[in-house]
Amino acid sequence: MKVSMKKFASVTGATALAIWSLISSSSAWADYQLNMHVPVTEAGRRAYDLHNDISLICLAIFIIVFGVLAYSLIFHRKSKGHKAADFHEHLGVEIAWTVIPSIILVLIAIPSTTTLMEMKDTSEPAITVKVTGYQWKWGYDYLKGEGEGIKFLSVLATPKDQIHNKAEKSPSYMMEVDNPLVVPVNTKIRILTTANDVIHAWAVPAFAVKQDAVPGFIRDTWFKAEKEGTYVGQCSELCGKDHGYMPIVVKVVSAGEYSTWVDEQKKKAASNVDDPNKVWTLDESMVRGEKVYNTACASCHGANGQGIPGTFPALDGSKIAKQAKNKAAHIDIVLHGKAGTAMQAFGGQLSDTDIATVVTYERNAWGNKTGDVIQPADIKAVR
Amino acid sequence: MAHEHAIGGHAGHDDHEHHGPPSGIMRWITTTNHKDIGSMYLWFSFIMFLVGGAMALVIRAELFQPGLQVVSPDFFNQMITLHALIMVFGAIMPAFVGFSNWMIPLQIGAPDMAFARMNNWSFWILPVASFLLILSMFVPGGAPGTGWTLYPPLSVQQGMGMDLAIFGIHLLGMSSIMGGINIITTILNMRAPGMTLMKMPMFCWTWLITAFLLIASMPVLAGAVTMLLTDRHFGTTFFNAAGGGDPVLFQHIFWFFGHPEVYIIALPAFGVISQVIPAFSRKPIFGYASMVYAIAAIAIISFFVWAHHMYVTGIPLTGQLYFMYATMIIAVPTGVKVFNWVATMWKGSLSFETPMLFALGFLFLFTLGGFSGLVLAITAVDILLQETYYVIAHFHYVMVAGAVFSAYAGAYYWLPKWTGYMYDETLGKWHFWLTLIFFNMTFFVQHFLGLAGMPRRVPDYALQFTEFNMISSIGAFGLGISQLLFLYIVLKARKSGKKVDAQVWDGAEGLEWTVPSPAPYHTFETPPVFEGGKH
Ligand code: HEC
Ligand code: HEM
Ligand SMILES: [Cu+2]
Ligand SMILES: [Cu+2]
Repeated sequence: MKVSMKKFASVTGATALAIWSLISSSSAWADYQLNMHVPVTEAGRRAYDLHNDISLICLAIFIIVFGVLAYSLIFHRKSKGHKAADFHEHLGVEIAWTVIPSIILVLIAIPSTTTLMEMKDTSEPAITVKVTGYQWKWGYDYLKGEGEGIKFLSVLATPKDQIHNKAEKSPSYMMEVDNPLVVPVNTKIRILTTANDVIHAWAVPAFAVKQDAVPGFIRDTWFKAEKEGTYVGQCSELCGKDHGYMPIVVKVVSAGEYSTWVDEQKKKAASNVDDPNKVWTLDESMVRGEKVYNTACASCHGANGQGIPGTFPALDGSKIAKQAKNKAAHIDIVLHGKAGTAMQAFGGQLSDTDIATVVTYERNAWGNKTGDVIQPADIKAVR
Repeated sequence: MAHEHAIGGHAGHDDHEHHGPPSGIMRWITTTNHKDIGSMYLWFSFIMFLVGGAMALVIRAELFQPGLQVVSPDFFNQMITLHALIMVFGAIMPAFVGFSNWMIPLQIGAPDMAFARMNNWSFWILPVASFLLILSMFVPGGAPGTGWTLYPPLSVQQGMGMDLAIFGIHLLGMSSIMGGINIITTILNMRAPGMTLMKMPMFCWTWLITAFLLIASMPVLAGAVTMLLTDRHFGTTFFNAAGGGDPVLFQHIFWFFGHPEVYIIALPAFGVISQVIPAFSRKPIFGYASMVYAIAAIAIISFFVWAHHMYVTGIPLTGQLYFMYATMIIAVPTGVKVFNWVATMWKGSLSFETPMLFALGFLFLFTLGGFSGLVLAITAVDILLQETYYVIAHFHYVMVAGAVFSAYAGAYYWLPKWTGYMYDETLGKWHFWLTLIFFNMTFFVQHFLGLAGMPRRVPDYALQFTEFNMISSIGAFGLGISQLLFLYIVLKARKSGKKVDAQVWDGAEGLEWTVPSPAPYHTFETPPVFEGGKH
């Protein structure tokens, strides 16, 4: 036994060393952390402190209980000739170790209650933003307060090559989006969450915020960030294939910068409006349609329309996308989706022009050379 | 070998009028003998443990580095689901049912389980159910990619793999309910004369209460997945807001089953530990009566805390507060059990054979899991930690370290009784230390990942999480490989182990140690006289 324990020690030592060198060489341990981020909201800091305090209480209890146990393990051994005592009950001790933990729990419960009440108080926000979870992106909709009317989708910005290890990963790997949520500092922001398809959860650890987004229902939460900066989070409810790839990025800026941003957005929205009566040529449609396809459809139907067999149908060669008699059905499924499947209704997310061009694209890309050109007016007619 | 016994002993059974079991495969298919069935449960659960473990290694391999290397996100989600379902329903639960089959009749002095033929059924449903779960991987669309919690609407979107899983879960539920009925009837009606309920071994007590939990909670799960099935195929809208339903309703039903389920796993583990610790402390269990009350309290409260899994679904403040307080209350009887075990060892005459080592490992790690559970119970803190790796760490500390360590403690403790042979103590200790070290390497660092904000159920992560994920993955492979050692130890004991007497451990108490080792095919055909324990 002695020999083998020695061997054991040397084997584990060597393994530990090997593993250590592997891990420490793999990167610089630059960003690892042992505890939570310190939140930048007051409610968040209270939750953070609460966590630290409770963890310390647990540690103290652990040390006491296992200190007693360690004493016993060392001194009450048979190999040391210790004879077993014969007691097996003690009312006083048993009452004590029921009552004392109960008291500790009551003491923990008090600050836990007040902190929670603060975290749940969503009254009197300066700005209200509706957040909609889609498979697999976020939609932001400024409902009230400065910036009212601004509306955009927010999609992962990390290139596919980095995900598939064909390119060096940037420091913000997986934590970057095309359009971040922008909010002013020191302002109470109320977030309403909902979802379009399945349950998602909107979470930003630095604000101590996490709220499920449930399709068909509206939930709410809030934060008031006290420091400018960029804060990230991730979808926190499994929502299908690309659940891991729908990050949340929030930029907290000064009041002045925020006003500038709002103006820019308004101007951009005004200049982006398509003429609903424009008649699109096939070539124009294909260029615009491909863009729409890649942001809205490729995650399921594949960049080349090949889909994922058994889960997401291929559009290349599909009856709906290829046969002339199914033109109306094609528009219908994109506009209204198909209940009970991942094929969502895009009518609310995309403009008539986007839908028209993406349908045109699907009917002419890859092997689907139908020659059909769908016009925005066709979409408007069936909306 | 018509008289092959149980796991592999072969002492002839001399003085009885029965005939031996049929030989070959038919013996195992038709058997109604509680020892045969117990052995089949144990072997089955170990095989499932390896299958579920292999799936876990696929998950950990993908998470070794950021980026996608090994599997697609779709398949990753399928592994997440099947790993959990197979571990919970295929490995841990059947392991403890195996212990109950073997040990309850031996501990209470009964000749067999009350409903011997139903017992056969309960077992043979299991491989069929597991087959359905695994088959789901090979149908179009693959296995459900929803996680074991099967939340709609995501689960409504899934392909036919989901239907196979639902059917599998129905079968597993039937098996558990039949097992539960059998255990309750056996314990209440077949105890040896003189063995009152409050003199029963603690393992039987934990199983009696667990069996009630099973009967009360499994039908709830069956209801939930049936509603899912009708939502998927028959036009109902229980979980669809567009039809007046609510997706969160499913979560309430699921966790009304789910939280008692965690105690279905934990209580028999407590039972095994409560046998092993006194045996190697050479001292009766401390506070027998209070332990029984604590178990009963835990079982009852476990039906009233379910929404602590749902703090961020949007339940109102009053709901969050209620579930927080209720969850904190359940920590008290759980703590009491730990104190009782420590007091049992206090001033004992301790020795550290492998079963005791696993029991100590259990105590140490389960307590850590209890503490992280307390942290998670605090709603304000849980909002930061829910759906992160912190939760993964928590429940692996209570389930792997709790249930699996306890199952190993029980297996080493009773293996000599089952087979008649002693295992190799040195190898057993190796198995323990490797498991302990690799377990902590795998799961302790996940606390840090969760605190730093890494979500669970993702195939890829930001660069800041790299180091701890690497450590965790290496630990996981070490942990997986170390478990093969157990298989070797069992096979080696059967082949070349030292023969043991009836009383294998000098400090062990109970009727099971009065029958020869290996336990003959039929035991206690006339009830033994129970002379009363030490309580
Ligand atoms: C979240 C995944 C997802 C996204 C994103 C998605 N689809 Fe689909 N789509 C599906 C699924 C699943 C089906 C199959 C529905 C069924 O069961 O009939 C489908 C079906 C279709 C069909 C019918 C194909 C056939 O042969 O039956 C068309 C056309 C289609 N989608 C177009 C689109 C377009 C255009 C977009 C982008 C604007 C898009 N889809 C985005 C999942 C998706
Ligand atoms: C002191 C006792 C315990 C307390 C206070 C406790 C508390 C909690 C809480 C609050 C959660 C929800 C965390 C979240 O989702 O954010 C949780 C999750 C979980 N607990 Fe415990 N727990 C305890 C013991 C146990 C035991 C004994 C087991 C099983 C043997 C267990 C298994 C689990 C599992 C499996 C989950 C995660 C479920 C999932 O989301 O998939 N817990 N626990
Ligand atoms: Cu998600
Ligand atoms: Cu629970």
